[in-house]
Amino acid sequence: MSDAASDVATPDADAPDADAPGIADPVAAAVVARFPGSVAVESHGQSVVYVDRGSLRAVTELLRDEERFTQCSDVTAVDHAADLERVVVPGVVPERFEVVVNLLSHPRNRRIRLIAEVPETDPVVPSVTPLFPGANFPEREAFDMFGIEFEGHPDLTRILLPDDWAGHPLRKDDHPARIPVTFKGDPAPR
Amino acid sequence: MSTTERDLRDAARLEHQTDEGAQEMQPRRREVVMTGGIWPDDDETMIINMGPQHPSTHGVLRIMMELDGETVVRAKPVIGYLHTGMEKTGEQLTYVQGGTNVTRMDYLACLSNELVFALAVENLLDVELPERAVWMRMMLVELQRMASHLLYQAANGMDIGALSMMIYGWREREQVLRLLEMITGLRMNHNFIRVGGLAADLPDGWQAATLEVCDAVEAGVAEYETLLCDNPIWQERTQGVGVITTEQALALGATGPILRSTGFPWDLRKSQPYLAYDAVDFEVIYTDNGDAYDRFLIRLFEILESVKIVRQCVARMPEGDYRVQDRKVTPPPRARIDESMEALIHHFKLFTEGFKVPAGETYVAVESPRGEVGCYLVSDGSPKPVRLHVRGASFYNLQSMEVMVPGSMVADAVAVISSIDPVMGEVDR
Repeated sequence: MSDAASDVATPDADAPDADAPGIADPVAAAVVARFPGSVAVESHGQSVVYVDRGSLRAVTELLRDEERFTQCSDVTAVDHAADLERVVVPGVVPERFEVVVNLLSHPRNRRIRLIAEVPETDPVVPSVTPLFPGANFPEREAFDMFGIEFEGHPDLTRILLPDDWAGHPLRKDDHPARIPVTFKGDPAPR
Repeated sequence: MSTTERDLRDAARLEHQTDEGAQEMQPRRREVVMTGGIWPDDDETMIINMGPQHPSTHGVLRIMMELDGETVVRAKPVIGYLHTGMEKTGEQLTYVQGGTNVTRMDYLACLSNELVFALAVENLLDVELPERAVWMRMMLVELQRMASHLLYQAANGMDIGALSMMIYGWREREQVLRLLEMITGLRMNHNFIRVGGLAADLPDGWQAATLEVCDAVEAGVAEYETLLCDNPIWQERTQGVGVITTEQALALGATGPILRSTGFPWDLRKSQPYLAYDAVDFEVIYTDNGDAYDRFLIRLFEILESVKIVRQCVARMPEGDYRVQDRKVTPPPRARIDESMEALIHHFKLFTEGFKVPAGETYVAVESPRGEVGCYLVSDGSPKPVRLHVRGASFYNLQSMEVMVPGSMVADAVAVISSIDPVMGEVDR
């Protein structure tokens, strides 16, 4: 077991990639070099890559197979419809929704975050569940809460809300008090 | 297929339809409606439903199991019974109020949730905490880990039938909760770790009280060890039950004791140290078999590691302030409000409007008793977050049930669920 322990404990010391000057993170540089149109930024000391939504799964596959990212920590979405102020990332066309995939590499002891911009009119992104089965529940949650479809997901149904629920509650235009509370056997809605 | 046959099949399906809709688990083989004659050998599987109202499902977890006789063929967790829209609520509350919301997610490790929320906001605000606040947070989180693992020992014992263990586990946990009550004012849902530090300083006599609890917990763990570790009945019930491999655990997003039970020594406290974990001495407990017994052992010995950390915190607690003295983030001391107009304004503004956090996004993760708890926070420069997402460790760990349960007996499913140690508040949020 000592091998695994030392493998985990040593942080990676790769030199920055020569292909993409200006990007300090070698993994982000590798993604940008392979997928033109991706934008690598640093957000509060964390490595973030804005990718085209069509290539989200391909980028995840690259990171899993070639860059040793072993676990999908988190998949979630954000609705930017009501932002007062939004961080402008040069080279990224902002859309209403963002799908956020957090990946963790145990051997390299580091994280990376992929963000895909998703337009309101066509909220579809490729699912990463075929690559990381653990993304099953969180993608169902994002579908449930935001109405974003994950193409290629094996069982894209609502997870937290009842199946006959109307709307997607974490969207900014879905107000918490929209639905009057009624109980079974109530004579009339209050 | 004749019309009558189809009608019969449809009728049977309608009869079995629940208001759960697509949450239903469909049988893999088509149902056959027998109309007489000789019955074939019965090799059909049966789907049964366990929970959401079941004493060993740790809350309102529902599992649909496909059974072949006594053996489970498939298991599918169905969740959402405790969904209260906490992430939506988080968007309505200011950063000052946010702690009261996140603390109720994982209600057995409230302080870990408060910690990850506070760390995420501090990451966006870019504030540096005083030493004492860092060490106080570390001590409180470790006390909470002791309480959570003690409760696991109690509940796990109860699920498997060791009822004395249940009473012993509650007994020691109560002592830890009493100490937490003395420090924070509440047994659970403390809202004590605030953005910029903590709500109050440690009370008088905290050292003696903490050390007393440490001694009691150590004595308790020694007792559990004698009671259970070499107990043949206990070993029969848990060894080789709910086995998972490292590859499966990593692929399914499992973290914490589940991942460590597969021989993978991954603990965020050690590998990506936050607070002052790099300054204290403790071991990452891991085992190789990946079964329910190993997860029990890991949680048992992690209690002792937490005791070790708490003792070091007591010995080395730095002097100083328990929060940053930045009036835009933390309120002024009560006495100042009577004397200073500015302090009064700051106090008023902080508790009505809250403080503004620069626009940006961040993901911060800490090791809770159940694994990696992360907070993805997006701010738009207003006093309320645009998105407050909490990655609940149990939410991901629960998925590993789909590989742990199949192949085992129905009675073992209870032991497996218990060994995952899910907290439904965190799963459903």
